[in-house]
Amino acid sequence: MTPTRKKRLKVVLLILLGVGTAVAIAISALQENLLYFVSPTDVVAQKMPAEKQFRLGGLVKDGSVIRAQESLEIQFVVTDGRANVAVAFNDILPDLFREGQGIIAIGALDKNGVFQADEVLAKHDENYMSPEVADALEKAGHPDAQKGKQP
Amino acid sequence: MIGELGQLALILATLLAIAQTVFPLIGAWLNNNAYMQVGHSAAYGQFVFVAIAFALLTWAFITQDFSISYVANNSNLHLPMLYRFSAVWGAHEGSLLFWVLILSLWTILVAITSARKNSVLPKEFSARVLAVLGFISLGFLLFVVFTSNPFTRILPAPMDGADLNPLLQDPGLIIHPPMLYMGYVGFAVAFAFAIAALIGGKMDRDWVRWSRPWTQLAWAFLTFGIALGSWWAYYELGWGGWWFWDPVENASFMPWIAGTALLHAQAVTEKRGAFIGWTLLLSITAFSLSLLGTFLVRSGVLTSVHAFASDPTRGVYILAFLGVVIGGSLVLYALRAPKMTRGGGFSWFSRETLILINNLILIVAMAMVLLGTLYPLIADAFGLGKISVGPPYFGLMFGLLMIPLVLIMPLGAYGRWKQDKLSRVSRQLLLPLLISAAIAGLSAWFIDNANLRTIAGVFAGSWLIFGSLAYAIQRSMKQRRKWLPAGEVAMVIAHIGVGIFLIGVSMVETTSIEKHIPMSPGDSFQLAEYKFEFTGSEHIEGPNYSADRGTFIVTKNGQAVTTLYPEKRSYRRGQVMTEAALDPGLTRDLYVSLGDQIDAENQRWAVRIYKKPFIRWIWLGTLFMTFGALVGMTDRRFRRKNTDKAVSA
Repeated sequence: MTPTRKKRLKVVLLILLGVGTAVAIAISALQENLLYFVSPTDVVAQKMPAEKQFRLGGLVKDGSVIRAQESLEIQFVVTDGRANVAVAFNDILPDLFREGQGIIAIGALDKNGVFQADEVLAKHDENYMSPEVADALEKAGHPDAQKGKQP
Repeated sequence: MIGELGQLALILATLLAIAQTVFPLIGAWLNNNAYMQVGHSAAYGQFVFVAIAFALLTWAFITQDFSISYVANNSNLHLPMLYRFSAVWGAHEGSLLFWVLILSLWTILVAITSARKNSVLPKEFSARVLAVLGFISLGFLLFVVFTSNPFTRILPAPMDGADLNPLLQDPGLIIHPPMLYMGYVGFAVAFAFAIAALIGGKMDRDWVRWSRPWTQLAWAFLTFGIALGSWWAYYELGWGGWWFWDPVENASFMPWIAGTALLHAQAVTEKRGAFIGWTLLLSITAFSLSLLGTFLVRSGVLTSVHAFASDPTRGVYILAFLGVVIGGSLVLYALRAPKMTRGGGFSWFSRETLILINNLILIVAMAMVLLGTLYPLIADAFGLGKISVGPPYFGLMFGLLMIPLVLIMPLGAYGRWKQDKLSRVSRQLLLPLLISAAIAGLSAWFIDNANLRTIAGVFAGSWLIFGSLAYAIQRSMKQRRKWLPAGEVAMVIAHIGVGIFLIGVSMVETTSIEKHIPMSPGDSFQLAEYKFEFTGSEHIEGPNYSADRGTFIVTKNGQAVTTLYPEKRSYRRGQVMTEAALDPGLTRDLYVSLGDQIDAENQRWAVRIYKKPFIRWIWLGTLFMTFGALVGMTDRRFRRKNTDKAVSA
């Protein structure tokens, strides 16, 4: 191997090493930040361990919302018609949060099986449901599933 | 009548696009002037007809012609006049027509400049450029006519339309899409230049020099457009973030990153003749990512892979077009690769090396955004579960990658072409380094709740600002003349812009104070040195919405600062919008928005109160970058005919 070729090989190896490291970090960061969507039925079927972050989606159960007056604490139940999950949240709710509305909550289950939400999302349009929520409702045989089909 | 005339105009434009693609190519091949000329005429004609179609659609919105389904879906009798204009590109069909209009505008700009007597472009080259642009336009016109026709009728016509998405009913959103599209679509010109060079088989420094001002102009628009979008999201989405790593944002950010890499690679190719293949590939990449962005945003694939699968015509068409454009370009590239010349060599420490590192980092960053954006779609399509990628992934990866990039930026400016010494460059940069360290030290003292990340960010920003300034000063002293070449001024301005941006980002991300609290009329809240008093909320009626409007009196040490009126609006279609109220300032923004109503009777609201230090610097920095690129394209050497006689600056 000529000296210039050797040098070139070194540069190429260095670049590969750099890019390889970046890719490795990217993949591990991606793995850590992947949030799976889980329906209430699957949560109840014990599919999620405590403290593991995921996205919970379903309808806010009618009559389940309890809110504090002095703080932003709020509790409600998310349902897909077949199973229920209790959710606790202590922050500002999205504009279209109300009973019967489809929402997605991001957070994790605590040891008591209550879903501690860090974030609650609802769509800007009351006729619109997140397709994931609609899909989960459909699987559980909930009549509201059709709402999600509207564009 | 409007609908039918619009259809006709679109069909005529499509026929002209075919002429614009075919004749110049044959003309350039046979060296036939008359055939090549057809490209220019067809481009002008196409622009006229696309503009007519666009004007007719606008007219349909102004006159509220609800017999056109697109108008009925995106407007109503109460929509204010201003938003009837922006509604034209507010949804799928219209925005694609707008895409074509912008492309047509870029095309005639190329046609006009290349038809001038003192044009630098050889006529075969400009003929091929117009042919490539014609082909892209043809692809989009066919898409509009067959899958997304904005002039489709509905019978019977409804008495009133639905409404424009209220998120889009905002002055910021009137000019955001045009700017963004100018940038997005503008990369088509750089792409067309690259393909024209490949077809012609003359891949040298010349075509890069011709392509540079166009790339810079497109990049300036894209930068400005993305910044406008960020600014809009900040005050319109009601929770005060400036960037969300949302797939729609990523769709515009990926071409931006590739475009930034392209700008730098072009400098090497133009000055030193190196990286020719790489510059060609980046030109193809930047535009392919623009197309991918259009596909992501416009095919419905983001809302749901299933929505895409249930009505696949649109998505499949764009995907196929994407395949033709990318695949065709790469095949052409592979055929021409053996003919590409090797540029001048360079040593391990030189401006070339530094720009190579810049490009590697940017491309890895782009790939990482691409991975995070597409991964959920791919996982869903293959039934691996419904996944989303959290913003921390993007923030972490992007932040890590930007550290080395920012550190070498001033070195890149100072580094000489071909060969340089690290020791020489470091000596030159010692003073800026010391100044930045001093500023970072001071910031630890003076900024409330500054942490290590704040200080690192302030240091990095100052390093860019003072490193670039020092370069400008030393260069002008050496030059013994008042002005540096525009290209260098551009670099200095843009790099200072990145510095300002960085300071803004690190201040906002690490020292913002955000409080979410319940408030009743009469309550007040102390946030840092500001006192926010909520005096109550009232009901008001807007043209197409009704709202609750809160009043917050802000004082600092008993002195009045401002009064803020955040609103909670309900639109006719059932959407609810949070209109934040803010008091902007160079060193801080005060931000108040109404969350949900806890108790309607007592007017008790959940309230967001934020102090966002230096957030304006984020957009100020992007303005510098935009302005830098605009200065860069005025460089005199872009108007000279021959590189080899030109002295490289």
